[in-house]
Amino acid sequence: MIGPLIERLKQGHHTNRFPAVVPPLPDRLRGRPTVDAAKCPPGCRVCAEACSMQAIDLATAGPRIDLGKCIFCPDCEAACPAKAIHFGPEYRLATRQRADLSVEEGTIYALGKRLEGELLRLYGRSLKLRVVSAGGCNGCEVDVNVLGTLAWDLGRFGINYVASPRHADGMLLCGPVSRNMELAVQKTWAAIPDPKVCIAVGACAISGGPFAGNPQQLGGASAVVPVDLFIPGCPPHPLTILDGLLRLVGRISEAKA
Amino acid sequence: MSGPWCELKNAQAVPLAEVPDLPIDALRQAVITAVAAGARLGCWCGDGAGRIVAVMVDDAGGRLLVARAVVGDSYPALTPDCPQAHLFERELAEQYGVVPLGHPWLKPVRFHHRSGAGPDAWGREAGSAIEPGVCDMFRVEGDEVHEVAVGPVHAGVIEPGHFRFQCHGEHVFHLEINLGYQHRGIEQAAIGGPHPRTLYQLEAAAGDTSIGHAWAHCLVLEALGGGTPAPGAQGLRALMLELERLANHTGDLGALAGDVGFLPTASFNGRIRGDWLNMSAVVCGSRLGRGMLCPGGVRFGVDRARADDLLRRLEAAQRDVTGAVELLLGAPSVQARFEHVGVVRAEDAAAAGLVGLARRACGTAVDARRNHAVGAYRGISLLPAVATEGDVNARAQVRWLELRESMRLAEWLVSSHVDEPLRTAIPPPRPDHLAISLIEGWRGPVLHLGLTGADGRLSRYKVVDPSFHNWFGLALALRDEQISDFPLCNKSFNLSYCGVDL
Repeated sequence: MIGPLIERLKQGHHTNRFPAVVPPLPDRLRGRPTVDAAKCPPGCRVCAEACSMQAIDLATAGPRIDLGKCIFCPDCEAACPAKAIHFGPEYRLATRQRADLSVEEGTIYALGKRLEGELLRLYGRSLKLRVVSAGGCNGCEVDVNVLGTLAWDLGRFGINYVASPRHADGMLLCGPVSRNMELAVQKTWAAIPDPKVCIAVGACAISGGPFAGNPQQLGGASAVVPVDLFIPGCPPHPLTILDGLLRLVGRISEAKA
Repeated sequence: MSGPWCELKNAQAVPLAEVPDLPIDALRQAVITAVAAGARLGCWCGDGAGRIVAVMVDDAGGRLLVARAVVGDSYPALTPDCPQAHLFERELAEQYGVVPLGHPWLKPVRFHHRSGAGPDAWGREAGSAIEPGVCDMFRVEGDEVHEVAVGPVHAGVIEPGHFRFQCHGEHVFHLEINLGYQHRGIEQAAIGGPHPRTLYQLEAAAGDTSIGHAWAHCLVLEALGGGTPAPGAQGLRALMLELERLANHTGDLGALAGDVGFLPTASFNGRIRGDWLNMSAVVCGSRLGRGMLCPGGVRFGVDRARADDLLRRLEAAQRDVTGAVELLLGAPSVQARFEHVGVVRAEDAAAAGLVGLARRACGTAVDARRNHAVGAYRGISLLPAVATEGDVNARAQVRWLELRESMRLAEWLVSSHVDEPLRTAIPPPRPDHLAISLIEGWRGPVLHLGLTGADGRLSRYKVVDPSFHNWFGLALALRDEQISDFPLCNKSFNLSYCGVDL
């Protein structure tokens, strides 16, 4: 009996204090990119050509990065001859609209707003989620799971993962939705009582990610169900996922964005 | 054991013309002979051009043996004489419509249509819908016998798969596992490549083994191109692989603790696992090591200051995980739940062709880092971690032994690292070549096989995750167990769904 207690004292207290205090992030974390289009040489297309996800198109204002397709790899930043693209440590990425997952010079990134009306009243203090991996690689899944550990303690916000869709208020989906999971996703969604929310985590669940275009998958959650929150990344950092969830339930106010 | 094979070292390429082209009966016999001499079947797959390619892994000799044979619509199945071929032959039937005659249980693996024209092995029309998981299931008959069906969606945050138990009360007679739900078409998408996306799809072949698969892929491309990775990259690749092993082994020991209700270690390890992942992020910005490896080397270096930061973190995590795991494995209540549960006998493990951690827990001292060393592992002495009982406890002990060894290796790799050139240019793949790579990921050996056509593009890319060999081991472990111990047994293997489904 004494052994576990002594070890408990040695291990100490590690639950981070987010959102009051943002835990330290690695300096090389590739979070939300910034684009400094003024640096772009005329007619340059290097970043768009370096992007194997075809996430960059060259708008009149310069490169526009679709974070729904982006896997936050180092390719475009490394390829850019003018250092116009930089993936910084900004972890806040979640949006309510697919179209808002866009970064370009001169626009403000529209972080996800909280739920409204009845949904906020019901789920603002308690949100039970059924997690479905639908062709996911277990990357997003592990970083979704990690929020349940004592370092993050997701339960303190009233958010829990539940073991049945019947106990759930919403679905959290990872993966591009493989054809072989389409039916299971539909059935899970149908089994969750109304009103309900769907949260798409990771590039795969938003756009198919690296698998976009493969005929064995459907290109993300939106192909099957309506999505209320998009959390980009490959996989998103746990802090990005938590930030998105807390924005959805109104625990982080828009003012802080 | 040389026989009719072409011998390769790990991460070596060979012109296809030098790969023996045998009659199918001779290839079958050669595999059976090699297995009898102690090798294991590393791969048995179609090449997409009417041949079967066989790869034998000779661990004792540190060699890979490869040969091939032209095959028609069918051939006498290998499985009755070589059980470890069972899933490879099902896969071959599904991918190319080649029927292994006499296969004892010829079912689909991933529930998709065959590539190329011609009849499907199960007579399914080209355009027809294929319902995943709908297939024959083994069934025990009897008045009091009942079936338990679980999945594809499970109660936790885990991947989908269908498990069917044949039970008498709590007692499990048989467990059958149907996967395929995660199929994303990775192998098919690589054909004609390497494409810009190929590396990223392979990093996500099994997300918890991102480094293992990325490294195996880089080795294949480097071998096919005839290049070698930058010297400064070798130590960092190994460091990332060890961090991946440390994170997963720590997480698994915590999850095993959770499954027997030993909550202190379950809590500690969930957090410490994150400490290892954060070290990967210190190196390359991604907790899973995404974007770190590339053909020719790595994309991020570690300077002195970063190395010192890593050493400080290593020391702290080492202290914490040692305390947490010694508490777990020293608790009599835990021992009572781990021992004699989920036993796989050594002879069954050998016959079924189990690999990696699960195989070492049955007493076989094999580790590709030693037996087929590449890169930084060439200069490292490393003893494979072995236990003998083949039960949950043995698999936990092997994890703990490997954790300790990996901590030692990681520390050495960080301290001895010098910031040399990190990346070299690799020439494009040579036409009509074949290359094989083997990387000891945390579950076991990850095997990649690449073939190029006359145009120098990939004509076939084969991925064999260790889970492909080991899921049947979980089924064996459940025989005569209680169904209530399924979560514990399952976690003791912790196999990948997407790594099999591809």
